[in-house]
Amino acid sequence: MEIAEHLLYTKEHEWINIEDGEATIGISDYAQEALGDITFIELPNAGDEVEQFGEFVSVESVKAASDIFSPMSGEIIVVNEDLNEDPGLINKSPYEKGWIARIRISDSEEQSNLMTAEEYGKFLESVG
Amino acid sequence: MLSQEKYQKTPLYDEHITLKARMVGFGGWEMPVQYEGILKEHARTRHGVSIFDISHMGEFIIEGDCVESGLERIVTMSLRDLPVRSCRYGCILNERGGVIDDLIVFRMEERKWFIVVNGATTKKDAKHFQKHLKKEAVFRDVSLQTGKIDIQGPLSLNVLSSFVADVEKLNYYTCDYFDLLGERVLIGRTGYTGELGYEIYFPWDKIKDLWRQLIEHDSVEPAGLGARDILRIEMGYSLYGHELGEDISPLESGLNRFISFEKDFIGKSALLKQKEEGLKKKIAGISSKSRRAPRCGQKIYLESGGEIGVITSGTFSPSLKTGIGLGFVAVQHAHQGTVVLFGDSKGKSTATISSRAFYKSGSLHSEKS
Repeated sequence: MEIAEHLLYTKEHEWINIEDGEATIGISDYAQEALGDITFIELPNAGDEVEQFGEFVSVESVKAASDIFSPMSGEIIVVNEDLNEDPGLINKSPYEKGWIARIRISDSEEQSNLMTAEEYGKFLESVG
Repeated sequence: MLSQEKYQKTPLYDEHITLKARMVGFGGWEMPVQYEGILKEHARTRHGVSIFDISHMGEFIIEGDCVESGLERIVTMSLRDLPVRSCRYGCILNERGGVIDDLIVFRMEERKWFIVVNGATTKKDAKHFQKHLKKEAVFRDVSLQTGKIDIQGPLSLNVLSSFVADVEKLNYYTCDYFDLLGERVLIGRTGYTGELGYEIYFPWDKIKDLWRQLIEHDSVEPAGLGARDILRIEMGYSLYGHELGEDISPLESGLNRFISFEKDFIGKSALLKQKEEGLKKKIAGISSKSRRAPRCGQKIYLESGGEIGVITSGTFSPSLKTGIGLGFVAVQHAHQGTVVLFGDSKGKSTATISSRAFYKSGSLHSEKS
């Protein structure tokens, strides 16, 4: 199980990479493993507003449909269109090629509600 | 982890753990849902060969004449004209015409029958047979002595031939006894995947050896219930508890060709009445217009909004690259090509009503691999 060091994480297993008021969002290696092979993703549209921990996109795997929540509030700037053709990129490369969307952050203080890689690692151990 | 008391374990449980399978509870059994990944296991079964642990299924042996024993009256398909060493699919029904279970009956000898039923329903089925068989029939539940491995895929014959002499003589839905690893065992050319394949009934306490030897073969990898479910939905095959059940008529489930109205059987009068009055709902294929899959329990709607049915099984189809599903639709709307919506309060997606045979390129009937 890989936990990328430079990211912040949610308890719902999303990650966010914050750079200069913008941020890239995806799901963790743990999440993609738990979901199984991902077969469909309904991406949001650029311009959509998202709220911290609010529903963000829905994904379907060979096993079930699940919701993914946004780690922070903001406006969507761009989505990873490659996922329309190959949603399995999330399984293959959850922290890089499988990124989901990029947002403009509206409240950088929300970061304090997120976990560092180290905290997320401990959280995963605690949930077993 | 799953609680130990709640689920039964097949004789291959330890093998699955060694292979790092993800285990789930299924019909009272702890079963492997996937090993390496469901899509990989699906592709390997469609294009190569996979083995599945299906030891949870129930097996009965009945000895006696099919008519005098009462067996012919219990099952929906005709048995008296079934040739020895072949088998037939059908159902056992309650008096209301609901499906107690679907099953395969093998005619091993003129008066010896081997019956394969679902794992979750084995006890209920055994009671039903014992209740309705006449005294002169001998009934044995051999479920816990009989392990089962399915080998499925276009390369299954190539692999199995290296273990079993003469297995190539089996045609679709025939069976015979063969020598395999020092045992005399029943092998049937049957399956639940739409591919060329064989189902091997092997002694419960020795099946681990067979599993290990098959796994060691270069072409063979294991596949779990996840892949099996996608493979069967792509073929439009029913699963008990989803498309079949005690409150569903086999006519609604589209099993007409597995019912012989020439003979008497339990549930027949209820089915005749349904035929006369006309069915209210009917099984249908649901082909999504996108990769979004229908899911069990979702509703089916007309484009204009009226609710016309319910999804009973659904998946993304790796073969077709779209979502597919099975469900029951009000008969007046159950026409292929009708545009419908499926979904729930959270959202709806577009689909068309289609044939249930979603995938048509399987090696099921190929005589050579």
